[in-house]
Amino acid sequence: MTAQEQAIAGDADVVRVRQLVRTVAVAARLSLVDQTKLVTAASELARNTLIHGGGGSASVEQVTSAVKPGVRVVFRDKGPGIADIALALTDGYTSGSGMGLGLGGAKRLVDQFDIVSDPAEGTTITVVKWAR
Amino acid sequence: MERIPILKIGDLLLVSIQVDLQDQTVMALEEDLAQKIVSSGARGVIIDITALDIVDSFIGRMLATIASISRVLDAETVVVGMRPAVAITLVELGLSLDGIKTALDVERGMRLLSGRR
Repeated sequence: MTAQEQAIAGDADVVRVRQLVRTVAVAARLSLVDQTKLVTAASELARNTLIHGGGGSASVEQVTSAVKPGVRVVFRDKGPGIADIALALTDGYTSGSGMGLGLGGAKRLVDQFDIVSDPAEGTTITVVKWAR
Repeated sequence: MERIPILKIGDLLLVSIQVDLQDQTVMALEEDLAQKIVSSGARGVIIDITALDIVDSFIGRMLATIASISRVLDAETVVVGMRPAVAITLVELGLSLDGIKTALDVERGMRLLSGRR
């Protein structure tokens, strides 16, 4: 299945990412609770991409493991990168306007969570939520 | 930018959020509500989130901020109508919404507030 791209350049795009992730999560037959968790995680990460990464994109795709469907969302930005990923994942750590739950909270809401960050390249965060 | 309407019912204010919330809309609501509490002399604020399909950390912080602002302005806030999947997600996200009163629906929220006066 092909991935759907959504640019993240403003507030309204965070809402569009949420809507796109919801649509794909419904198609992948995630339960309502799992849809809600994934959409919430995507909202946190899209806001990070906008605020800390200076904008970027989200790529949303239905994926399949051996037995079950899932949804993968990849957030990419060309921002300054995350200097200390372990610190950034700590609850209560905040450099912006949130409650310091964005990255760590998003990680708890999904099944797979992967960060690649480099000051020269920006940050790529990949999350996957599987249907139960 | 969209603005969320604030309705006055007796000495209560009712805010029913019916749109997909952008961050700027959220910040405008905080200001509008503070103004309205003072101009109307309201003693209670009910925020109906029945239509919200997610509450992320930004929206959660807005609810906590509104509750704090209204407390300082001598009004109580009750958040009503949270969906079960939203509640489960909020707790897992790590947001316990400490200090925010909740009720299942608008009617119970109004009863909770009127019991306090």
